[in-house]
Amino acid sequence: MIYVVIVFLWTSILLYILLGGADFGAGIIELFTSKVNRPKTRKTMYNAIGPIWEANHMWLIIAIVILFVGFPKIYTTISIYLHIPLVCMLLGIIARGTAFVFRNYDAVKDDMQKVYTPIFIYSSLITPFFLGIIAASSVSGRIDLQSADFLSAYVYSWFNWFSISVGVFTVSICGFLATIFIIGQTEPGGDRQHFIRKAKRTIFVVMFSGALVFWAAYVDHVPLLYWIFGGLPGIIAIFSAIISLVIMFYMLNKDKPILLRLLAGFQVTMILFAATYIHFPAIVLLSNGENLSLLTHQGQARTISSLAYALLIGSIFILPALFYLIYIFQQKPNFKNNPD
Amino acid sequence: MDDFLAARLQMAFSLGFHIVFACIGMVMPFFMSVAHFYWLRTKEAVYKDVTKAWSRGVAIFFATGAVSGTVLSFELGLLWPKFMEHAGPIFGMPFSLEGTAFFIEAIALGFYLYGWDKLNKWFHWVTGVIVGISGLLSGILVVAANSWMNSPSGFDFLDGNYINIDPIKAMFNDAWFSQALHMSIAAFVSTGFAVAGIHALMILRGSNIAFHRKAFKIAAVFAAVAACLQPLSGDISAKDVAVRQPAKLAAMEAHFHTERNAPLVIGGIPDTLNKKVDFAIKLPGLLSFMATGDFNKEVTGLDRIPKENQPPIAVTHYAFQIMVGMGMAMVAIAILYFLVLFKKKSWLETRWLLKLFVAATPLGFIALEAGWTVTEVGRQPWIIHGVLRTADAVTPMPGIAYSFYLFTVVYLSLAVIVSILLYRQIKYLRS
Ligand code: HDD
Ligand code: HEM
Ligand code: HEM
Repeated sequence: MIYVVIVFLWTSILLYILLGGADFGAGIIELFTSKVNRPKTRKTMYNAIGPIWEANHMWLIIAIVILFVGFPKIYTTISIYLHIPLVCMLLGIIARGTAFVFRNYDAVKDDMQKVYTPIFIYSSLITPFFLGIIAASSVSGRIDLQSADFLSAYVYSWFNWFSISVGVFTVSICGFLATIFIIGQTEPGGDRQHFIRKAKRTIFVVMFSGALVFWAAYVDHVPLLYWIFGGLPGIIAIFSAIISLVIMFYMLNKDKPILLRLLAGFQVTMILFAATYIHFPAIVLLSNGENLSLLTHQGQARTISSLAYALLIGSIFILPALFYLIYIFQQKPNFKNNPD
Repeated sequence: MDDFLAARLQMAFSLGFHIVFACIGMVMPFFMSVAHFYWLRTKEAVYKDVTKAWSRGVAIFFATGAVSGTVLSFELGLLWPKFMEHAGPIFGMPFSLEGTAFFIEAIALGFYLYGWDKLNKWFHWVTGVIVGISGLLSGILVVAANSWMNSPSGFDFLDGNYINIDPIKAMFNDAWFSQALHMSIAAFVSTGFAVAGIHALMILRGSNIAFHRKAFKIAAVFAAVAACLQPLSGDISAKDVAVRQPAKLAAMEAHFHTERNAPLVIGGIPDTLNKKVDFAIKLPGLLSFMATGDFNKEVTGLDRIPKENQPPIAVTHYAFQIMVGMGMAMVAIAILYFLVLFKKKSWLETRWLLKLFVAATPLGFIALEAGWTVTEVGRQPWIIHGVLRTADAVTPMPGIAYSFYLFTVVYLSLAVIVSILLYRQIKYLRS
């Protein structure tokens, strides 16, 4: 049963990165769009993510619930030592979720929009940035359960080059996912060209920030190269990600938006796989060389099995409904149909 | 500020904030569905307008509820790691089921808000009902988690270890039913009176009367029915508390001395030093009756509870008085409203009736917050009743006071923005 739970945990994290990531990316893209093009970008994005953004963010909650029910020691260790970046991420989540709804539902469209929009845009950037920091910090081996002073216990646990570079990388992945996603929402000929150009640029940004992560890992003595290239599955994952990126580059101008999305999803899946494969089942690496593992720090058997059943039964209800929701609203982008 | 106090206050603020949005998110979909049903049936456009206006409000509240709830699921660990380390695996069952309920709610809301003219009209209506049902279910589930803290079960506690965990038994703990019932009704009471009050105000202002009358009626009927049920369910809760948490009951009633034929204390100022309540109305025997169903039975007083296990008495007592006071006031309004509906239709047009409802707008939410204060402060000093002390559960990280200030500012600003938005929705309706 424990493997059912672990698969759900991994999948929720993946889906949060993919779906939530595209959603954050929408705000990030807006930041890097010229003032002239902003309203158009915003409208296109709104139509695409409006109906599903709530559901996208549920994946984060599912992951957290799985952690605190199934792996309480891991949840509490992260909560204690990464308190500060967690709070920053939460503030980002609050600001973004509310600003998004406020700007679309305010009955009067006036200067208040000038307040909501920057909040939305910057929190879209900050949230995945800290999310990346948290993810990286849990494996960067800087969490020190023995440390007595505030800085080394609660600040250096996450404030290092490696964590920060992964934060930047996560942001660029979000932007990348969003541009690829949005291509399918535009009409060929019209806006599409604009977004294809954008997609090309974000691909370069992703590659650049990816390289940055390797550099930072080197500086901070994180054995990232070993993690990724230390086993055959990791190597295969990374190479297939690179190959699909090349394919994608050639397909950008062809009229195949769904294929593009699949390729982008595939790449991110492979990156996550490569990053987690080698130190599985360890999920938090501590400074003294020990680790917290999904297998040794799992809850008692009854807890794990009822959690697994709850998740299995839940997905029977959720998945068909979710696919239907996405299907219905992806058929034809309808530019007139704002929600009132 | 001391970090422990800051952590408690931050938790209380976050939950107190979330519960308002959670209640609206649970109840408004039902109001919407009723209006929507009338629109599908009668084809009177005004019902469609009501539905759409409400659904716009729900979208705002839902988002605020969702983000504040997301914050809570992290805060449990950020503030109370030692609690979550033990409690997570035991009381996690309702949370994992709740995930499903929220998910369904979010998906159904996506269909509902964006599905006008896209979906089959009855399918569309059903998605609205599903939003309500799954919202209510998630509320019930999360209360089951809270009730476990009041009445821990589903595990054995041996030498500081939590063994033989049974998550299902933990979920259906003794306090589960009474709390879930009382909370669900409370959601209808508080949202119902708030919505009815706002529409009553708009009728008094004379704007778009046809619209506001329909909206007022739907909300007021829900509110009135729920208000009448609430004391009945409160009675079940009180009997339940008397059995499982005598210290809480004693604090609620500022009941210092164990006695038979114990009086119900209404109002008054508890004097903890001299162990008496000044300026209170005392109804002999009624507390014994409320707690046990028998006027002569004994009710445990604070004298039987060791000092270090007593909850704060004044806060619990005042909060309880406020809840019951508001509850009774709302019952009175509800009965009057039924009288008017069935016997004195002409009074429906009178201004004083509407003014009464306007005055009652905040009562439900005040009672709701007060009720939670009773439950949570009354559980102190325990975070898991009888098992783990709150002070032993708090995070070791220093400086929680700053995080408390930060979150307080965030919540206050959100409250202000939501109020402005609501005001603007209403103003927009008038033009
Ligand atoms: C609209 C709100 C509202 C109203 C009018 C009332 N309550 Fe209440 N009460 C709540 C809202 C609430 C609550 C916020 O929902 C609580 C907190 C926890 C819970 O389960 O319900 C609660 C808790 C609560 C408890 C503690 C339960 C526990 O700790 O397990 C008792 C004994 C009562 N109530 C009793 C009453 C009585 C006798 C009322 C008579 C009118 C009453 N309540 C009206
Ligand atoms: C939404 C309605 C709720 C409100 C308004 C509320 C209110 C409060 C208040 C006022 C406190 C502070 C008590 C004190 O320290 O004196 C508190 C503490 C706490 N509550 Fe609740 N509560 C609610 C529901 C819940 C639920 C559903 C849970 C958990 C599953 C929960 C878990 C906690 C925890 C862990 C604490 C901190 C420890 C403690 O003080 O005992 N609460 N809450
Ligand atoms: C008695 C207390 C509570 C009740 C009745 C309640 C109920 C609800 C409801 C109905 C929603 C749906 C959002 C909406 O419609 O606005 C919601 C959202 C949420 N609540 Fe609470 N909640 C309570 C306390 C808590 C606690 C203690 C937690 C955390 C452990 C929590 C976690 C969440 C989460 C994560 C969401 C977001 C789900 C979404 O995106 O739809 N809630 N809550």
